[in-house]
Amino acid sequence: MRAFAYHQPNEISEAVKLLTSVEDCKVLGGGMTLIPTLKQRLAAPAAVVDLAKLPALKGISDDGVTVTIGAMTPHAVVAASPIVQARIPALAHLASEIGDPAVRNRGTLGGSVANNDPAADYPAAVLGLGATIITSAREIAADRFFVGLFETALEPGEIITAIRFPVPVAAGYAKFKAPASRYALVGVFVARFADGVRVAVTGAGAGVFRVAAMEQALSQSFEPTSIASIKIDAAGLTSDIHAEADYRAHLVTVMAKRAVTAASR
Amino acid sequence: MGQVIGIGAAPKRKEDQRFLTGRGNYVSDIKRPGMTAGVFIRSPHAHAVLRGIDKSAALAAPGVVAVLTGEDVAADGLGSLPCGWGISDAKGVPMKEPPFPMLAQGKVRFVGDMVAFVIAETLEQAKSAAELVNVNYEVLPSVVGVLDAVRPDAPQLFDDVPNNVCCDWELGDKAAVEAAFRKAAHVAKLSLVNNRLIGNPMEPRAAIAEYDPGKGHHTLWTTSQFPHVVRFLMSALVLKLPEHKVRVVAPDVGGGFGVKQFHYGEEAVVTWAAKRVLRPVKWVADRSEGYLSDRHGRDHVTEAELALDENGKFLALRVKTLANMGGYLSTFGPNIPTNLYAPLLGGVYTTPAIYCNVKVVFTNTVPVDAYRGAGRPEATFVVERIVDVAAAEMGIDRVELRRRNMIPKEAYPYQTPVLVQYDSGDPMGCLDGALVAADVKNFGVRKAESARNGKFRGLGFSTYVEACGLAPSRFAGRLGARGGLYESATVRVHPAGQVTVMIGTHNHGQGHETTFAQIVCEKLGVPFENVDIVFGDTDRVQFGMGTYGSRSLVVGGAALSKAADKVIVKGKKIAAHLLEASEQDIHFEAGKFSVAGTDRVKTIEEIAGAAYVPHNYPLEILEPGLEEQAYYDPVNFTYPGGCHIAEVEIDPETGIVTLVNYTAVDDVGTVINPMIVEGQLHGGIVQGVGQALYENAVYDESSGQLVSGSLMDYCVPRADHLPMMKVATHSTLCTHTPMGVKGCGEVGTIGSPAAVINAVVDALAHLGVTHVDMPATPNRIWRLLQNASLPVAAE
Ligand SMILES: Cc1cc2nc3c(=O)[nH]c(=O)nc-3n(C[C@H](O)[C@H](O)[C@H](O)COP(=O)(O)OP(=O)(O)OC[C@H]3O[C@@H](n4cnc5c(N)ncnc54)[C@H](O)[C@@H]3O)c2cc1C
Repeated sequence: MRAFAYHQPNEISEAVKLLTSVEDCKVLGGGMTLIPTLKQRLAAPAAVVDLAKLPALKGISDDGVTVTIGAMTPHAVVAASPIVQARIPALAHLASEIGDPAVRNRGTLGGSVANNDPAADYPAAVLGLGATIITSAREIAADRFFVGLFETALEPGEIITAIRFPVPVAAGYAKFKAPASRYALVGVFVARFADGVRVAVTGAGAGVFRVAAMEQALSQSFEPTSIASIKIDAAGLTSDIHAEADYRAHLVTVMAKRAVTAASR
Repeated sequence: MGQVIGIGAAPKRKEDQRFLTGRGNYVSDIKRPGMTAGVFIRSPHAHAVLRGIDKSAALAAPGVVAVLTGEDVAADGLGSLPCGWGISDAKGVPMKEPPFPMLAQGKVRFVGDMVAFVIAETLEQAKSAAELVNVNYEVLPSVVGVLDAVRPDAPQLFDDVPNNVCCDWELGDKAAVEAAFRKAAHVAKLSLVNNRLIGNPMEPRAAIAEYDPGKGHHTLWTTSQFPHVVRFLMSALVLKLPEHKVRVVAPDVGGGFGVKQFHYGEEAVVTWAAKRVLRPVKWVADRSEGYLSDRHGRDHVTEAELALDENGKFLALRVKTLANMGGYLSTFGPNIPTNLYAPLLGGVYTTPAIYCNVKVVFTNTVPVDAYRGAGRPEATFVVERIVDVAAAEMGIDRVELRRRNMIPKEAYPYQTPVLVQYDSGDPMGCLDGALVAADVKNFGVRKAESARNGKFRGLGFSTYVEACGLAPSRFAGRLGARGGLYESATVRVHPAGQVTVMIGTHNHGQGHETTFAQIVCEKLGVPFENVDIVFGDTDRVQFGMGTYGSRSLVVGGAALSKAADKVIVKGKKIAAHLLEASEQDIHFEAGKFSVAGTDRVKTIEEIAGAAYVPHNYPLEILEPGLEEQAYYDPVNFTYPGGCHIAEVEIDPETGIVTLVNYTAVDDVGTVINPMIVEGQLHGGIVQGVGQALYENAVYDESSGQLVSGSLMDYCVPRADHLPMMKVATHSTLCTHTPMGVKGCGEVGTIGSPAAVINAVVDALAHLGVTHVDMPATPNRIWRLLQNASLPVAAE
């Protein structure tokens, strides 16, 4: 790790000011992704702005239609939250399956979504539930947020402050854990709303994506069998030492069915 | 007075007091006054010519003390890292043994090969300076797999090693085997890959060296399983230092599994550098660096054939293996896939003729050497897999086929056709015990239940034997060992009766401080708390070969037992004097010397007191003091073995294999501490399960980069990958070790991969699957199911 200046602002405005005025400055959330890259010298920012002391980034609230979770909420807190467990149990379950206890105690919702790792779990829930990403500058719909591999719609200096999740009628998340890393080799989030179904896939490709054919079929009939014969095209999916693209494509269907089953419980 | 805790008891481990309270003392915990930090620059290329190294910018960087390269090594006239075994081919031609310089000279041969060493005031300064060293590489084509490496057009690692073949080795009677195949009723064939593994001890390797110019003394603290051997190899052969001026300390070490039983270049570089800069130098590997430099294990490609008569009697076994050595010969490298492999191909069977040919091959990968089991898991996998293949092809039940060919208990000692003579064993007894413990009788019920849930269930057996307790020196010498393989122990009884043992083995997780103390308790009748075991410091321990090959109890424990016996012999002489009796009439038991048939008694504490305060003492015939030393060289290997039964369930939708039951009944000879034996079995089995289902070191074929370069991509099994295991022992006593012990450190790793894969194949047998290579990953299983073209689509 190279030396860097460390800031821990108490106000969002102060954080934004640092990020926009100090050159080569990075946001620090839970540090589970950023700190290893600093240690391996893959990143060497001149300054780090730690969000830990910003009260506005904490807390979980329920307004009857949506559940809003502060960006600095650790995965373990989401998993154990009575609000999340009662309103969107699939989200609590997803959070409980991220990494290991240390990662869940440190890693944050905002960090995970901002990082947009192609195998991360939260992006599937954010896209699957059609959530809204609230930042220091604006609100961004999930469908416009995830741009590509590790790429999001965030502008330089923009901080995620919270994410607002619509409460579905039912939702389920099924994850095929990569045996070594426990990231999603393939993870599918299925959410049923009064006006339709959303299906979001993580792990399989360069970034989280929706599967229109499955959404249509499930809107007709919310049953695992209704998507059993829907095959995903393997072209464009990831191939690596853990899973070849056609296997990943196959797993999308399997995990989608299991997510529907979980949602129906 | 504290309790005497002897053989067969299961006290909590003595060493855990410090480990569990954070008071262990590992190499990276050590700080020396004026200590500097060192960083190795490692080759990012699998194969390249070194066109030049410009260190000027690095030398000018803040805090930099020195930058050392292969040219400096050459200028100082230092030696090559030695190989401890010299094998020969069938005609007696010695293996090709190219030099292994501690810092690369002329060429780099694997990603991670060491190119330079940067020393600075702080670690961060050393890392920053390392980025400024400009190494000019001329990249060459590389080769990582053995099949590719022996092709005529393959890139050559060494000019004088044609086809990259280090040695074309063989064992066994080729003609007898061919004759047997000619009259066989059936021949079973199997091609398999034994996957490459990375050891992953919890503690990464580290080394600190210091030079005392006043005395001309070097001290090296290193994460080693055998500090005396490191001292010898490094002093005599690499750095050319007088051995009495070198102290090697291996303090608490966080696991080894073989990875730390080699003399590494890092140790020599750090020791050499400390004298050059006249400052202590510390180097600690991080996990990623370990992946690129810790010696890897296994990596075989094998073709095996088993000849049987019409009744399923094994007539002969023929095995051809290509074994990957990596870019250079490591300390034990060529010994592992030859001498520790082929002699185990007899298994627990009466196969009368065996022939094995092993091509030991250089590739552009990390050097390959011993990893827990070392050669024997590979042999067991070949034998136990091909027995299953033969059973399936001949329509004979797998257990029945094993029984028909097993060596009966009465036939021991049993001479195999491949050098080794098993002294004792009861494979049938282990099998019978395991069949009951695993509830094999009701497997059909469980399989039907799985089928109802859409899952395939399979059962796999492995009835195996291994050779450990390395090793009878004379025998090993004939096989090519360049050193001895005995062990030594000193038993020091202090004046008040407490005991310190100095032993040449090294405890890095095995519980020696407990097991060896129990031996002393049993022998001398002193309280458990009054015994300390000292190891890992060449200045405190007389000599030793260290810990590997399940040898610590078998060879080290035997030396300890012998030394304790000598203490008793001397104690009897002292007692005879004090009790005014003849030495022959002195009886020793449970810490008391008594005159037979009387109530006249002296405790060992009283005897020790008299030995150190010799006022009333037979000084004319006996020296004062009560301290004895013994060296023990075993007369044979020991042959633990047993029966492992794995039960798996496969989800055909995902291809996930779940190990649902695991049973092991092992013959490890006398059990000193059943809790520790159970722990060794558990750990060993988990590592074998890791090989079978999860672990795989993967190199990219075109670039030679290690793709599975971290724990994010290399899957070490976790607790939730495993069921509760049933382990038990069914022991016969070793006939030639003092306590009847056989060793238990590696049995789990040796027996388990075949059991697990046999279970996986059994689960898929109804689909025509006859073999699954390791690791049986979900992707691999799914692919097999696809090829079996079954209706396993997402239904
Ligand atoms: C061993 C291990 C296993 C893991 N397993 C999983 C898994 O199974 N599933 C999974 O989904 N993830 C997994 N992760 C990742 C984990 O969830 C991380 O916590 C997450 O990727 C990043 O969150 P963080 O809070 O630690 O962010 P940090 O590491 O602090 O930051 C990550 C990136 O996001 C930026 N950032 C952080 N917070 C904000 C914000 N509020 N606004 C804007 N930008 C921000 C940072 O600048 C940085 O670029 C694993 C991580 C590890 C180390």
